[in-house]
Amino acid sequence: MKRAAWLVALTLLAIAGWTFTTPASADDAKPMRVGSKRFVESYVLAEMVTQLVRQQGVTAQHDQGLGGTAVVFRALEDGAIDVYPEYTGTLAETAVKSGASDLTALRAALAPRGLALSEPLGFENTYALAVSRAVATRLGLTKISDLVAHPELRVALSNEFVGRRDGWPGLVERYGLRFPSPKAIDHALAYEAISRGETDVVDVYTTDAKIVRFDLVVLADDLHFFPPYEAVLVYRADLPRRVPSFARVLDRMRGAIDASAMQRMNARADLDGVPFARVAEDFLAGAGASTRPSAPVGLLAGTLEVVRRHGPRHLMLVVVSLAMSILVGLPLGVLAYSRRRIGVAVLGIAGVVQTIPSLALFCFFIPLLGIGPVPALAALFLYGLLPIIRNTYAGLVSIPADLREAAVAIGLSPTERLRHVELPLASRTILAGIKTSAVVAVGSATIAAFIGAGGFGEPISTGLSLNDVTTILEGAIPSAAMALLVEASFLLVERFVVPRGLQHAR
Amino acid sequence: MTALALERVTKAYGSRAVIHETSLEVAAGERVALIGPSGCGKSTLLRMILGLVLPDAGIVRVGKTEVNEQSSRAVRRRVGYVIQDGGLFPHLTAEQNVTLVARLSDDANPTRMRERVRELAELVRLPEGLLSRHPLALSGGERQRVGLMRALMLDPELLLLDEPLGALDPIVRARLQEDLRDAFGKLGKSVLIVTHDMAEAAYLANAIVVMRDGALLQRGTMKELSTSPAHPFVAEFLGAQRTLAEALE
Repeated sequence: MKRAAWLVALTLLAIAGWTFTTPASADDAKPMRVGSKRFVESYVLAEMVTQLVRQQGVTAQHDQGLGGTAVVFRALEDGAIDVYPEYTGTLAETAVKSGASDLTALRAALAPRGLALSEPLGFENTYALAVSRAVATRLGLTKISDLVAHPELRVALSNEFVGRRDGWPGLVERYGLRFPSPKAIDHALAYEAISRGETDVVDVYTTDAKIVRFDLVVLADDLHFFPPYEAVLVYRADLPRRVPSFARVLDRMRGAIDASAMQRMNARADLDGVPFARVAEDFLAGAGASTRPSAPVGLLAGTLEVVRRHGPRHLMLVVVSLAMSILVGLPLGVLAYSRRRIGVAVLGIAGVVQTIPSLALFCFFIPLLGIGPVPALAALFLYGLLPIIRNTYAGLVSIPADLREAAVAIGLSPTERLRHVELPLASRTILAGIKTSAVVAVGSATIAAFIGAGGFGEPISTGLSLNDVTTILEGAIPSAAMALLVEASFLLVERFVVPRGLQHAR
Repeated sequence: MTALALERVTKAYGSRAVIHETSLEVAAGERVALIGPSGCGKSTLLRMILGLVLPDAGIVRVGKTEVNEQSSRAVRRRVGYVIQDGGLFPHLTAEQNVTLVARLSDDANPTRMRERVRELAELVRLPEGLLSRHPLALSGGERQRVGLMRALMLDPELLLLDEPLGALDPIVRARLQEDLRDAFGKLGKSVLIVTHDMAEAAYLANAIVVMRDGALLQRGTMKELSTSPAHPFVAEFLGAQRTLAEALE
């Protein structure tokens, strides 16, 4: 049994080692890192920057769709990424929190934080409210102030817009709107909702290709509420010194994209399903107009490709975090058993950790550990703790009193009792806890992609921002399969770990 | 030579005295049965000898060693302890149960251990083929025989049995009583056995101690107890044991 346990441990270590040595790019010491927010335009712009940097012979990596403004901006502040595309109005309101949104004021506010701003990229992508053409015609809506007379309309807004000062709350105040509290919805899904008539008013970005596709009417901002949202790049002030050729990238991007070019690129990526990298590449090559949809790959082929590309990383996240959870959780469970007072505290704390929403926990680690797999491992490790601690404790506590006393009575020391009697007797319960942690880790690891950790969550987050079910499935299917595989493999592990005398029982 | 001595031992849980100023001696090679109704403190007394419960006052000695927190683990290895249903660990085979403590000692010798196990199996009349089974695959009587083997493995100077046959059906029980008596006879060990079966006590032990409410009422042979009971309860307790002859009337 001892040998079998070693074998399992070594195999896990080998897998972990193998997956750790195959990261996304391993050619240079420290690649330049470009971040993006979770929507198509941000992906495309970031991809463009990445490719331009690479053209200068510098290694660059695109950490796709790290999260909303708060997450990505913090990643930049912490130095986890070097640059990402942003909008002046957004910076003014969410990141810098000064009212002024002109470039000079923003630059002055960003400089003390070690950040700098590029020249405008050439287009504006402002917030706007839109209604379906049918509603607009029926009620004669053309501008936002027309909405005041129609509090019965249903409003569904993107999560970020609902909370921002320059978003819904400010808009309501300026126009005196009288809607009940609006429904918050993922931006990509809002279009679906309005096209199916499930909602009447949504927030849109003015460069969004779907405005045309879903035939929406953008309402004029007649009271000039929305500040200008000029597209810019925010970057770490020391970047031009570290990567001198970055200056050339800034030069190339300056005023390079007008609103209609951006809308076309969004349409290609969003509606035609052309990969972001390809859209960016075509634009840089001056072939932005040629709309050629990528050859549709079958779901099976796509899924296999996802497994090949993201499987090792996903497995690494699960195996390494689970190993850490076991190494820490098992002794804590034993401690909880032998010192009941400490035990209550340990179980309580682990329980609280479990109630933190996973995305929040992932984001919590960004200022401490940056972005990428390290904070993801930390969060997954914490999630894995509770089931292991709880089951170790429960398994040990449920040992019948007479057996526990028999172990004392025959003269075993506390360590000998734990090693030869109590842990073996609790092994089935403990293993069940480890299995729970493993399955949870497989699922939670998909969320890790939102903080740039990679894994099967990457196609899922991309698919969510594109509202593309196929892409979502390409990530969800292997993740579910891995969870099932984990379940099954634990049946095998059980045969090695749980003593034979206990296996016939129950 | 005394194998076991309890001197004015007292134990209370809260305000309830479980054992009250009790003294008891078992001489080397002597076999004593401790009988009494449930809850009279027999088991507490036994657990005190192993240091599982420490007395509030008084002294417990095993051989020349006073049992206390420091000495208790060493004492446990010199005392064989058998409980109801054997107290076997379900994750170990019969043989592993028997050899567990021996295997953990520094001078564990596999050959000698195997020999000892075979010897004990013969002594307690356990078919050798059952040694590789797990407790759940054994009958109650077989489990009890294995429990006895485990208690005898390290050749203890004193054997404690806490209602060892309580859970067995009459036929198995009678056979085990015989085998126990044979084994005791061969080994010549000091034995303290807790039971509430009068006949069993008389059959297995040469002295019987009657206990009630945490105190010893009388010590003597079966004959002495029945002809001159020192306390009305002794007479009552003896009288309460129905004989087969009585039942047939």
